[in-house]
Amino acid sequence: MAAPDHLAVSDETGRAAAWRARAVTRTHLSRTALTLALAVLTFVAVAVSAQHIGSFAVSQGITSVAAAVPGAVAALAAAVVLAMAARAFLKSLASARCTDVYAARALGADASMAAWQALSWCGALLIVTAGAWFMVVNDAAVSRTFFDLTLIRDSAGKVLWAFGTNIVIFAVSAVLILVWSLVVAVARTLPGEAGRPLRFLAVAYGDLFRGLPAIITIYLIGFGLPLTNLPVLSHLSSTAYAIIALTLTYGAYTSEVYRAGIEGVHHSQVAAARSLGLSHFRTMRYVVVPLAVRGIIPPLMNNCISLQKDTALVAIIGTIDAFNQSKIIAANNFNLSAVTTVAILFIVVTIPQARFVDRLIERDRRRIRAGG
Amino acid sequence: MALLEIDSVTKRYGTLEVLSGLSLSVAEHEVTCLIGPSGCGKSTLLRCINRLEEISQGEIRIHGDRITGPGVDLDQLRRHIGIVFQGYNLFPHMTVLENTTLAPLTVLGMKRREAQDKAMTFLERIGLAHKAGDYPDRLSGGQQQRVAIVRALMMDPMLLLLDEITSALDPELVAEVLDIVRDLAARGMTMMLATHEMGFAREVADRVYFLQAGKVYEQGPPAEIFGNPKGERTQAFLRSLKKAGRL
Repeated sequence: MAAPDHLAVSDETGRAAAWRARAVTRTHLSRTALTLALAVLTFVAVAVSAQHIGSFAVSQGITSVAAAVPGAVAALAAAVVLAMAARAFLKSLASARCTDVYAARALGADASMAAWQALSWCGALLIVTAGAWFMVVNDAAVSRTFFDLTLIRDSAGKVLWAFGTNIVIFAVSAVLILVWSLVVAVARTLPGEAGRPLRFLAVAYGDLFRGLPAIITIYLIGFGLPLTNLPVLSHLSSTAYAIIALTLTYGAYTSEVYRAGIEGVHHSQVAAARSLGLSHFRTMRYVVVPLAVRGIIPPLMNNCISLQKDTALVAIIGTIDAFNQSKIIAANNFNLSAVTTVAILFIVVTIPQARFVDRLIERDRRRIRAGG
Repeated sequence: MALLEIDSVTKRYGTLEVLSGLSLSVAEHEVTCLIGPSGCGKSTLLRCINRLEEISQGEIRIHGDRITGPGVDLDQLRRHIGIVFQGYNLFPHMTVLENTTLAPLTVLGMKRREAQDKAMTFLERIGLAHKAGDYPDRLSGGQQQRVAIVRALMMDPMLLLLDEITSALDPELVAEVLDIVRDLAARGMTMMLATHEMGFAREVADRVYFLQAGKVYEQGPPAEIFGNPKGERTQAFLRSLKKAGRL
């Protein structure tokens, strides 16, 4: 079969010449120039904003030092970025002038990297500046509503105390959920004809409580169970009802996470365990579940964080948690700053966990990349 | 001038030295085979040539132009150096035709019609034209690897790197992949193969390099390396292959 022309290996000598001719240097001049222009604009914007916002803060009775420091820091950062962009531009110019092609390429690469860096800093500074303006426009309406420092200081003790309730609800239900959802997941993966009824129940439970909004589950259990006059169940504290409701809701979600982990264990592992004579339950106990848990720690932690935040939903049944407490304070003072305190508390306890999950995921990915 | 020159290249991962001062050069239209025990640095060397891995010391030149160091346009470089991997690495969410035309369409800005015609010509040549609309999971390993080769050829590379392309294949599928490589060699494609297929290396290579501990331990035309190896290690390596029935 005669190959069509373009399939023949092309003229290699011609290509060699083309390759060498193409061995040009990229100086990234236009990008560095653009970056420099943007850096100048950013610097002007930040400096003007710092001046305006600073003097406004002083007129509102904030000490001049406290008002000047953030502005000075922002302006300084903008100046550094400006210097960075200027350096990138100069390097790009130097790269264009340089006669040694390899040195020119190195300069060009430096210029490119510095320009990207300056660009991303510019973006960040502009966003922060916009945020600062948002706080002070309209006579600082935003700051006053959400960040009334005196109110935050005065109410912090009460809110913090009430936040303890959230922590208790979170801690107890987290433990219950881990156990309960594993039971559900194992029921859900029961094999064969004999396992069908329990499997069906587990599926029904999962469908029901994943479909029900958490807030409705909490409402129904918190207000419903006391009306039933059942021996123990109708006399629990509202905290206990909250724990039950959250366990039921999150148990459904978490059992799905477990199930994904269990089904993600390669069937060859099961084959190996069963062929050693281990029963279904021993295989689950010693091989499948330990392997499954290893893979699902990141998603489990995600559920954990989510659960922690949803403890605020218990406010609906009158539990005095941090959110409810802060709402009372907000209503008395006609100002939302106490709620801001709660928001900050939730964020502060969540961030370390979020970073921890990131680290776990990163570690997993490294292990997979290493072919483990 | 040689197409590819590798000049005392050292590659370290932390404290582990995978390549230690390795030098070799490849002329145009030459087929080079890298052989040697596992972990001797064959794959690492190939991955360094198109800069999927950064070398620690030394330099690599293409047609005399240094491609290591800062400021080299990597996209441009990789446009001209094709690589085929051991695990095929076809994109599972694209059909065979989409896999092969992706780069010409997006990188070279080729017209869709033209790219598809070119891909179909290649696919016909390797007898897979009827699979053009199928997704990779419908193909056997050998078929996938042949498509992967076509995907690399679509960019008209001036150098094709083949990284143990038959190692993941069942024995009966190896031949169909090697046929393509043989055909490419006959058409004058410059290629560098890391391979365990000694019989094939002996047949198709212009030059064989035996790597050992990150260095070229022995090199020469295949008849010499396989027929009359000088070095002790080369002899031991070939002996062990013979014992395992692989040579």
